[in-house]
Amino acid sequence: MALQPPKRKDPRRRSRVPTLPPATRSRAAIGLSVVAAEGRFALQHCAECGAVQYPPRDVCGACLGDTLVWRDTDTAATVLAETQVRASPDPYFRERLPWRMGSVKLAAGPVVLAHLAGGAGRGGDVRMELRLDRAGQGVMVALPQERSEGMEEDPALRAMGTQIKHRRILVSDARAPEARALVEGLLKAGAAHVYLGEPEAWLRWKGRAAFEAMQNVTLLPLDVTDVDSLKTLAAEIGGKVDILINTARFIRPGGVLGQDTVHAAREMEVNALGLIRLAQAFGPGMAARTADGVNSAAAFVTVLSAHALSPDPAFGAFNASQAAARSVAQTLRAEFASSGLRVACVYTGPVDDEWHQPLPPPKVSPRILARGVVEALERGLEDHFVGDVARDIAERWREDPGTLEREITGGGA
Amino acid sequence: MNRTPYDGVVLAAPFSAPYERFSQKTAHWWLAKGLRGTLDAAGIRPGDLDGLSVSSFTLFPDTPVGLTQHLGLCLRWLDSIPMGGASGVVAARRAARAVQAGDADVVACVAGDMNRIDSFRRLLSAFSRFAMDAAYPYGYGGPNANFALLTDAYMSEYGATREDFGRIAVAQRENALRNPNALMKSPLSLEQYMNARPIADPLALFDCVMPCAGAEAFLVMREDEAVKRDLPFARLSGTIERHNAFAEDPVQLRGGWVMDRDELYGMAGCGPDDIDLLQTYDDYPVISMMQIEDLGFCAKGEGPDFVRRHDLTVTGDFPHNTSGGQLSVGQAGAAGGYLGLVEALRQVTGRAGPTQVAEARRALVSGFGMINYDRGVCTAAAILTGEA
Repeated sequence: MALQPPKRKDPRRRSRVPTLPPATRSRAAIGLSVVAAEGRFALQHCAECGAVQYPPRDVCGACLGDTLVWRDTDTAATVLAETQVRASPDPYFRERLPWRMGSVKLAAGPVVLAHLAGGAGRGGDVRMELRLDRAGQGVMVALPQERSEGMEEDPALRAMGTQIKHRRILVSDARAPEARALVEGLLKAGAAHVYLGEPEAWLRWKGRAAFEAMQNVTLLPLDVTDVDSLKTLAAEIGGKVDILINTARFIRPGGVLGQDTVHAAREMEVNALGLIRLAQAFGPGMAARTADGVNSAAAFVTVLSAHALSPDPAFGAFNASQAAARSVAQTLRAEFASSGLRVACVYTGPVDDEWHQPLPPPKVSPRILARGVVEALERGLEDHFVGDVARDIAERWREDPGTLEREITGGGA
Repeated sequence: MNRTPYDGVVLAAPFSAPYERFSQKTAHWWLAKGLRGTLDAAGIRPGDLDGLSVSSFTLFPDTPVGLTQHLGLCLRWLDSIPMGGASGVVAARRAARAVQAGDADVVACVAGDMNRIDSFRRLLSAFSRFAMDAAYPYGYGGPNANFALLTDAYMSEYGATREDFGRIAVAQRENALRNPNALMKSPLSLEQYMNARPIADPLALFDCVMPCAGAEAFLVMREDEAVKRDLPFARLSGTIERHNAFAEDPVQLRGGWVMDRDELYGMAGCGPDDIDLLQTYDDYPVISMMQIEDLGFCAKGEGPDFVRRHDLTVTGDFPHNTSGGQLSVGQAGAAGGYLGLVEALRQVTGRAGPTQVAEARRALVSGFGMINYDRGVCTAAAILTGEA
């Protein structure tokens, strides 16, 4: 049966208090969460004998080699046995019984215990994913090989995910280049409503009419540099924002040796402090509603430049604000962890907009960036790198941040 | 190399402290209860004891070392067996060698655990690193979920039905009704078993043990010491122990007993047909069925047929888990790993009272322990022989 839209909330009833699945992990097992955060399926491989390890180990279970490397791994698997857990002493699962899980043999070797979702069952060939659960930890999920319509409506996936369907979404800046494609993508994915923040609402701007014509979209005054506007809006819609997507950003080219700090200050105001203000205004309300049924609060998303990881001096001041915003997002992640509210960063390369106009390709079209945000939500990602430039920067940064810095800043040949 | 027999060493003074479902008493209290019971049965004062083997999950923050000071024992031999359901057999075989070599004169083997409200959940949550990393996040069904998967795989592989497992549970309940210390006191029909509340499919309520508090204990000593004290005793005719067997099997459909059973019977100079009664580790019926197969009473996959053809009660043609087993007596933590051994010791010494099997002389006791991740890691077995 298809997932039904939620009934109107009875304000006299207590909102269900969020509980989390078991969150404690060994240091080695944290690696599962690291790769799940990016939507990768990677396991430890022994550098000496190649044996694939699971559960995560400190030394190889085949040869005692102590160099285990996280590598992307074949997702093919077969379900050996299955059960529906109908009794559990854990409060989180107790609220969600019965819970389907099984024993799954990976083509890569190990046997894993996994959530069974989307109809995966004993004897079936499945495909594995590592996803973040509500505790923010990477967990094994067995899914049918073919994606099916409505698969993401499986209660287990819904419980751990940040799916768009039936959720009410606030996009903080209607004037961001990707806003139009993003709103269209969210509605297409089944968003119940999109609230669209409009800074400087007294200014006329091209593109407003298109939003005005859309069903289930409301334009509301919102300026992330203005605490009063945030307070007003949060008072009005704060109790029904299930997903918040921050698209507000101020960007000007140039390094930091310019004549003054006017642009730099504005970049910090909008991009870093704006994120903090948004979180202060909407975060606590969202964190209290993460177990509130079909349209529970699920995610707090912000769009960042991939140069938050390592700056491009041509946009030096802007990149400083991006590094600051990334740091803020990481702190928010820790602060929201106990509620299960996911904090997602969608990283992009140079967007094909007016401020990157003289740059050569590849550039990220607003449409691709919007698709990336939708994808991050549908897959429940924490860190999503959109476009070739962002993916390339991320890969080089993971390999060696020092070399990356010198390559970007021209220190390398 | 042939293994040295346990000549001159015997097991005596079996003691079971009656279990309680919930109790405020600590592991220290229960272990002391078990120790005192077995020492009293032999007329040994605590001050004269020189060896101790302890199994417990809930002694934290103490270890058996702390226990010696708490209980005022001055020992020259101390062992800790953290092997759950394999603890009883492993404790016995370690202690027997110590006594045989003269490292200790008398070793008291004791297992016990507390069970307060919510202590089972807390115990589970810190059980093992692999379970924490890779089992609990998946529905937190605990061992029930693990054994649901094993049972599901076993049923599909060998065509076993729920009724087959029910026969094991129902026969044990019948045995338990003879045992005044069993926590389960009402009869269980196959129909009740089949219609019970589901716990983790295909397991239902009567496939699962009830966690409780309790203790079990026995003594290991030289035969001349037992004779001097006029104690009924049993000999350890053969033992085996194995850890992490068949790691390459994708699902545990067999245990380490298969690797070692020839050695077990060879050492004891007998075969499965010579066994008068069997005590398996029964945290779930599927594991008892697996032990019946893996210890050679029937071929692999014939367990279901075997339980259909045999009467597993005290008066039946294949007496099994004669005290009622953990399924009907209760699972008192690590004491569950002693339950079968202590009962077998009573049986072959003719002291089992209401659960006594007629002419029980040779008992096979089997242990199975520690669901570290997706399967039980430790297996062990011993053959106990009473005086003719």
